[in-house]
Amino acid sequence: MMASSYNAKEEDGHHSGASGPGSSTVKSRKPDNTAFKQQRLPAWQPILTAGTVLPAFFVIGLIFIPIGIGLYVTSNNIKEFEIDYTGIDMSSPCFNCSQSFSWNSSVPCKCSLAFSLDQPFESNVFMYYGLSNFYQNHRRYVKSRDDSQLNGDSFSLTNPSKECEPYRTSENKPIAPCGAIANSLFNDTLELFYIDPNGTRTPIPLIKKGIAWWTDKHVKFRNPGGNNSNLTAIFQGTSKPVNWRKPVYELDTDPENNGFINEDFIVWMRTAALPTFRKLYRIIQKKNNMTPTLPRGNYTLEVTYNYPVRSFEGRKRMILSTISWMGGKNPFLGIAYITVGSVCFFLGVVLLIIHHKYGNRNNSSDIPN
Amino acid sequence: MAREIGEPREAKSSKVKQQKKRRSKKESKTRTVHANILYDHAKGDDNPNRHYANNKIKTTKYTLLSFLPKNLFEQFHRFANVYFVFIALLNFVPVVNAFQPELALAPVVFILSVTAIKDLWEDYRRHRSDKEINHMDCLVYSRTERRYVEKYWKELRVGDFVRLRCNEILPADVLLLSSSDPDRLCHIETATLDGETNLKQRQVVRSFLDLDCEFDPCKYNSVIECEKPNNDLNRFRGYIIHRNGRRDGLYKDNLLLRGCTVRNTEEALGIVIYAGHETKAMLNNNGPRYKRSKLERQMNVDVFWCVIILLVMCLFCAIGHGLWMYQYGDKRPVFDVLSPEGTDLSPALSAIYLFLTLIIVFQVLVPISLFVSIEIVKICQVYFIHQDMELYDEETDSQLQCRALNITEDLGQVQYIFSDKTGTLTENKMVFRRCTVAGVEYSHDANARRLAMYQEMDSEEEECTSHGGTLPRRDSVTSHQSAKVVLRSQSTKSHRRTGSRAEAKRASILSKHTAFSSPMEKDITPDPELLEKVNDCASQMEFMRFHSQPFSHLPSDLSDIIDFFIALTICNTVVVSSPNQPRQKVRRFELKSPVKTIEDFIKRFTPSRLTSGSNSSSSSSLVTTRSASHKACSSILSSPSAESTLTKLDEERSRGGTLDHAFSPVPPSYDETKSLIQEEGELRYEAESPDEAALVYAARAYKCSLVGRLPDQVTVELPHLGKLNFELLHTLGFDSTRKRMSVVVKHPLTDQITVYTKGADSVIMDLISPPATDHSKGKRQRKILFKTQNYLNVYAADGLRTLCIAKKVLSKEEYASWLRRHLEAETAIQGREELLFESALRLETNLHLLGATGIEDRLQDGVPETIASLRKAGLQIWVLTGDKQETAINIAYACKLLDPEEEIITLNAESQEACAVLLEESLHYIQAKFLCNASTDQHASRVYHQDYSALHVPAPACSPYASLHTVPFLVHRLGLVIDGRTLAYALEKSLEDKFLAVARSCRSVLCCRSTPLQKSKVVKLVRNKLKVMTLAIGDGANDVSMIQVADVGVGISGQEGMQAVMASDFALPRFRNLQKLLLVHGHWCYSRLANMILYFFYKNAMFVALIFWYQFYCGFSGSAMIDQWYLIFFNLMFSAFPQLITATLDKDVSAATLQDLPQLYMNGQNSEEYKPYMFWMNMIDAFYQSLVCFFIPYFAYSDSDVDLFTWGTPITTLALLTILLHLGIETKTWTWMNWASIVFSVCLFFTVALCYNASCPTCYSPSNPYWTMQRLLTDPLFYLLCVITPITALLPRYFYRACQGTLFPSPVHIGRQLDKLPTEIRRHLLSQTRVKLGSLGALFASRSSSFAFSRPLTKQSQRQEKAVAPPQPKSTEVTDTPRSSKHPENHLGPSQKKEKRSHSQSQRSRVSALTDLLDNTQGPLRGPSLTDTDTLPYTRELPRTGPVLEPATLTAAVESSDHAWVTSTPLLPQTECIQLTLSRPGVSPVIPNERSSESGLSSDQRFLSQEDRMEHTQTSDCPKENTLKTTFL
Repeated sequence: MMASSYNAKEEDGHHSGASGPGSSTVKSRKPDNTAFKQQRLPAWQPILTAGTVLPAFFVIGLIFIPIGIGLYVTSNNIKEFEIDYTGIDMSSPCFNCSQSFSWNSSVPCKCSLAFSLDQPFESNVFMYYGLSNFYQNHRRYVKSRDDSQLNGDSFSLTNPSKECEPYRTSENKPIAPCGAIANSLFNDTLELFYIDPNGTRTPIPLIKKGIAWWTDKHVKFRNPGGNNSNLTAIFQGTSKPVNWRKPVYELDTDPENNGFINEDFIVWMRTAALPTFRKLYRIIQKKNNMTPTLPRGNYTLEVTYNYPVRSFEGRKRMILSTISWMGGKNPFLGIAYITVGSVCFFLGVVLLIIHHKYGNRNNSSDIPN
Repeated sequence: MAREIGEPREAKSSKVKQQKKRRSKKESKTRTVHANILYDHAKGDDNPNRHYANNKIKTTKYTLLSFLPKNLFEQFHRFANVYFVFIALLNFVPVVNAFQPELALAPVVFILSVTAIKDLWEDYRRHRSDKEINHMDCLVYSRTERRYVEKYWKELRVGDFVRLRCNEILPADVLLLSSSDPDRLCHIETATLDGETNLKQRQVVRSFLDLDCEFDPCKYNSVIECEKPNNDLNRFRGYIIHRNGRRDGLYKDNLLLRGCTVRNTEEALGIVIYAGHETKAMLNNNGPRYKRSKLERQMNVDVFWCVIILLVMCLFCAIGHGLWMYQYGDKRPVFDVLSPEGTDLSPALSAIYLFLTLIIVFQVLVPISLFVSIEIVKICQVYFIHQDMELYDEETDSQLQCRALNITEDLGQVQYIFSDKTGTLTENKMVFRRCTVAGVEYSHDANARRLAMYQEMDSEEEECTSHGGTLPRRDSVTSHQSAKVVLRSQSTKSHRRTGSRAEAKRASILSKHTAFSSPMEKDITPDPELLEKVNDCASQMEFMRFHSQPFSHLPSDLSDIIDFFIALTICNTVVVSSPNQPRQKVRRFELKSPVKTIEDFIKRFTPSRLTSGSNSSSSSSLVTTRSASHKACSSILSSPSAESTLTKLDEERSRGGTLDHAFSPVPPSYDETKSLIQEEGELRYEAESPDEAALVYAARAYKCSLVGRLPDQVTVELPHLGKLNFELLHTLGFDSTRKRMSVVVKHPLTDQITVYTKGADSVIMDLISPPATDHSKGKRQRKILFKTQNYLNVYAADGLRTLCIAKKVLSKEEYASWLRRHLEAETAIQGREELLFESALRLETNLHLLGATGIEDRLQDGVPETIASLRKAGLQIWVLTGDKQETAINIAYACKLLDPEEEIITLNAESQEACAVLLEESLHYIQAKFLCNASTDQHASRVYHQDYSALHVPAPACSPYASLHTVPFLVHRLGLVIDGRTLAYALEKSLEDKFLAVARSCRSVLCCRSTPLQKSKVVKLVRNKLKVMTLAIGDGANDVSMIQVADVGVGISGQEGMQAVMASDFALPRFRNLQKLLLVHGHWCYSRLANMILYFFYKNAMFVALIFWYQFYCGFSGSAMIDQWYLIFFNLMFSAFPQLITATLDKDVSAATLQDLPQLYMNGQNSEEYKPYMFWMNMIDAFYQSLVCFFIPYFAYSDSDVDLFTWGTPITTLALLTILLHLGIETKTWTWMNWASIVFSVCLFFTVALCYNASCPTCYSPSNPYWTMQRLLTDPLFYLLCVITPITALLPRYFYRACQGTLFPSPVHIGRQLDKLPTEIRRHLLSQTRVKLGSLGALFASRSSSFAFSRPLTKQSQRQEKAVAPPQPKSTEVTDTPRSSKHPENHLGPSQKKEKRSHSQSQRSRVSALTDLLDNTQGPLRGPSLTDTDTLPYTRELPRTGPVLEPATLTAAVESSDHAWVTSTPLLPQTECIQLTLSRPGVSPVIPNERSSESGLSSDQRFLSQEDRMEHTQTSDCPKENTLKTTFL
């Protein structure tokens, strides 16, 4: 059939070329005989039947289960320690501090929690603070920032975006950094001490740089005024966010980590996706290959308790965790892979049965023997 | 030309309305038209015509200025658009906004502009066509220049005088005032209006009739009063008031309608009465209904559901948010930001704001891009349908045109097809096929071969453009063409002006030939045997004439032959023209020839012009026109001369001798003509009906040619004898009641007054004088009668139109007495029609049968196959035709619409009451038949009764396949034939339900003599009452209304006008293309779109649900983890292409399989691809998938330091991958384009994401996605998620599809599996489809959820399939052995159905006795046949085998009376049938006798074939067969 239509077309071409003057002007409207126009494009036509999809299920099963096991093992190798220092319980050392609702009481409340690690943390340890029930993803909260201001735009510094309302101005001065996110900056200070078996308290060096995304630190967040290192002068005429104790140019003494490019600030500004989240606070770097970063033993967590969470039934935690190639400790993905793999395998078996029982029925009615 | 007519004209109608309103104040119910030349200015204040619409037409919707506001206004009529704009605007309200307002506008603007561009383009096209039409030229009389000047059509005004030249298209409705024609006639072709290519005569207004000199517009000062513009093509009333106060009536015969073409008339003058939008042609086209496809209607329901879901989701979240805020009480958490004003938001207010915000966020759930996507996909589908080579017709160089872009998928869901007959099913070319003369059949095998060659030529489709062919047939074609060069150039010139090349070409094709004179119709190959006999006979006659021997010595069979051909030649109203003067009548010369003798003079004025004008009752305008014109003349001229004829006759009688003048040499004038003719080549015949032309051409093939026709004499050229002048005494025109026409002539050779009658076999056979019983001549006569009847049956069974030719010789006394009464009748004042009718009846008695002809109204190629295949596809086919009943039935048989074994209910009623009774009876009859079946199947009867009682409640659907909750209606093996008048009664409100009840239970319905309005009414009725999808197909303007009313209108763009095409949604070159259009493209379009729509709902729901789940984790704050850009462009860009590609290219089953297995079409009819529950299944699946896509990342990232958009971007990616893979599962054919589109989509997403995330570190608040994607791509977790999530999400669907494919495959699935098989195996399988079809049907049935109906459903589908399947072998058998008389008992069915007593017009159901017989004998078999599918094939066979096995019983039954036939059936319910059959006029006992003996003769041969068939059927298992046989025997 196809061949004949090709012939017809060729002949048609002859005609339109050779026929008299009358018809030469009138181009034949005959459609082109191309595979595309005639909808005859070569195609792969998979038919989904038990027989044809069987292999897929088994293959998925066979691939997923090992991956899952691998992931699970990796996740289990990650060491993680978590301590809640909210101070809800009366017994908690931080109970007293937690009673305060104030954001910027002049006297900081301090408390210390003792804990012990059962296992040594070998590689670099990441220290997080975790908040629960904190809806950093609230729509109005997420919006409440001015990225140009944070990028060092001098106009935005004095004229923050409307999005920052109602944290845009205070005392008729523009707030820098404006907005609800900045306003609610996490301002607890966490310090870690190793208690030697002999009782001495050794402060553990916490590195505060390198906790933010490189792009954030170097591209997105910039201090206004370019290279001018005198932040105090630059931020003249602006007001500190209402909840802050110190203005933004006093966040740190290190000029590389002060002002908008303070990494704690940058980390906070990256709003968490879920109401229970952790944010990287410090990094404990591995000293050498011989000694673990955090040896087994007792530790004390010194907290300068500033951040009130009781208003929203929040919880504050400190987390110590090592990290693998796939991030923090999370057995879920491994389990998921194993489960899905097993389900696939099981369904494969079901299909096999179906195929054996019913699969031939069709073929027998279709194909004469 | 008539393009404007099909275009939508809402604007116009309103305009007209306005004008009407304006005018109604000024005038009353009439329109007064003065001549414009009486006034200075056409528009001047004094011109009374100034208020009438001018001839400019405007069908566009917009102007340049009004486009934007008007188009936007129209677009906002679409609810969806308003909704989206509302949402976009909502974004500008700060408290509730979710996105950047400008960004949110983007999709709406995009969609609106796409639609606007489309509208603009369409309107531009309309504008161009309007312009083209408005700028056509016509000659208008100019007051200042005192001559006719060329003007544009649009400048024409009411009251202008126009001069019309031959082949010109009428620019407006014009009152004919003068014509160059000697008879003051103007011939027009109304093809563009009613699709009839034959010529219509229009007559000059009576007052100007006897005007000798040229009509001078300056002298015209009459005033015309006529009715206001209306759309009735067949009515025009008014009068013309002359200066002297004389009034003359105006009739529709005086009006030339816009769009018609002047033919055959050199020049005509007229005054414009209606112009522009007020012309009848334009008024006749009420703008097309806005068609919304069924799928779209269904979709809109689901869109509505989406809105509900959206609102529920928003409400849920709003309440959640309120509660969430409430739980914090006064302790405001730090993350709960105050309102910009710094005030506290109450939870309730916050919830309300949130509700609005969420509507914005979730807006995607209501698929904005769906509407645009559907439009894009439909345009692509249209493109592909356009490009299909199989829908291209080389002969006319036309391809399929999709004129409606928005209902392609309706093609896949059609349940009822309403078809026109002439030009749609047939080619409207009548071809002489075979004849029988004096009982001898001349099969014209060579002729049949010739026709077969045309057929081949058609199928090869390459012959027509070639020049210099070698075949002799081709030569004739070229000579024909060359002869028409003059004409063609002339006509093309007129058409060039239209600008459209295609139109010009079509028009040239049109005018190239006179109506009904294509070579195929003209060049008849004579049967050698018959030709020899004719020659023989003619030479003998010449010899006799030479020796002055009386012609009675001629052997009777030979004289019959020559009479037969003379009858063919003169018993008609064919006008002769010569080709050099196109359509110029030869008779002009003749009229000028001098009167030579007194006899001649007397002869000229014999009352031969008086015709029996009894047909004014018939709607056919042809005959009336003619007779009316003659009447008009005769009333002035003939009355005194009629008397003189009588005296002359008396004179002659007294002399008693033979007159020499008949033998006198041909008058010189004829020689002149002859030489002229010889020079110019062959003569051409202008016939009013195609079969007349066919017969004349047939006679010419036997050298017996008509060379001239005068009002009172016909000249015939015979071999050896030369030209003979037949004095034409009377023409008793054809009318539908008598079903015959007669001419009374004076035979020049025998000088006898001879009546030649030609008519339907059923009537003629009754009028044949009973053969004398005693001597041998009588015996021979009887034999001839038997044989002829027998051949007639064969012809009818072959689908030929049969005509009987008879003659009668009148003695002078007889003639004189008849003439006297005839003249009385003609001069009678009261009841003239009836008297003339009776007079005709008196004449046409005791005829002598000459022979019969079989004319083929050639079906278009592949019509029977197409119909069979469409039937198999579950389509009900109704034929609505304006043709007369016999013709329609014949064609219906020929195209296998009616089955010879089918019983036919004919409804002909004369009054409303009669119709009611008739319908009632038919219903009872069907019911009775059904009840006798029901005795074996109670269930079925229950179904029927349910339905019958439910009739008054609008019954949901008729087709048993329609939908699950409909009551299946059993379609019987019945045919219904109804004529126009009865149809009019049946369509009355009170009867329409009954009519439908009868009609829907018949397998095929045939409406004859139906008007365009009725056609559309029928379609409307079925569409509205049965709630089914209807398709109307037609080719002429008479089908326009029907095409517009139907869900899908299809026009045939054949040789007829373009009106149907203009009104249609799809224009096909040929009827057979319908098969591919519906079965393949319809199926594809439907399944593609249905799948796409479902997919769209799924996709949007799945995407939106992700955000919904997130609300549980963000305090129901309306926050979205998906970046607003992704949210907005996800549908528009990232996921759009693959689905568009799939929706455009996906083929679930290959075209070949779809055509081989028409049953797959039911997939669309039943809406299998898109059932309401599927929407919900998809929704559930969407929610499941979104849960997976949400919670796998959720748990994977839970309690980590992931930020909002670093977490949201993977989710977006996962959703995209899942959605694309989901599409992959649903895609059935993967071409490189599918692969490419998916790869492209994924790449596009990543590219856009990477660019977007790298572009600006400070923009795009609040997401601020700087470097997010880049970071993610370095994260292994991201890839791990990308692997597991889509697989998990799609696992259930994949598994379900696999199980479905194995455990309960749909028919489509089986079709796909068939596709995969190698070709040979497939062929083999399809050839044994019987098993397969059953299983297919069962599959359809098994899919129905309602258990109770599953059985009848199975039955239905199988029954239908099988019922259609068997005819194929039969049809081949027919063509293989055309001469063998096959199953005469079957053929009798149709022929007897036709017979009807001519003037008994009482109500009666015309159920053929024979089919009754078949049915009754079959009665006991029918029961099981309906209930048990296995027996079905045999019920078809058994009636045939029956009479053969038991000829004795049959003969006995036949020889007894009608009564006996019926009462011999023992079944009680059949008493109903008795009542019906009793009222039928008895079958003439002769015929059944003949038939039975005939059947006995050929029984041996048939017996063999029957046995063959029995053997064949035995191959498949049938446990019942034996029992059945015994029951029968």
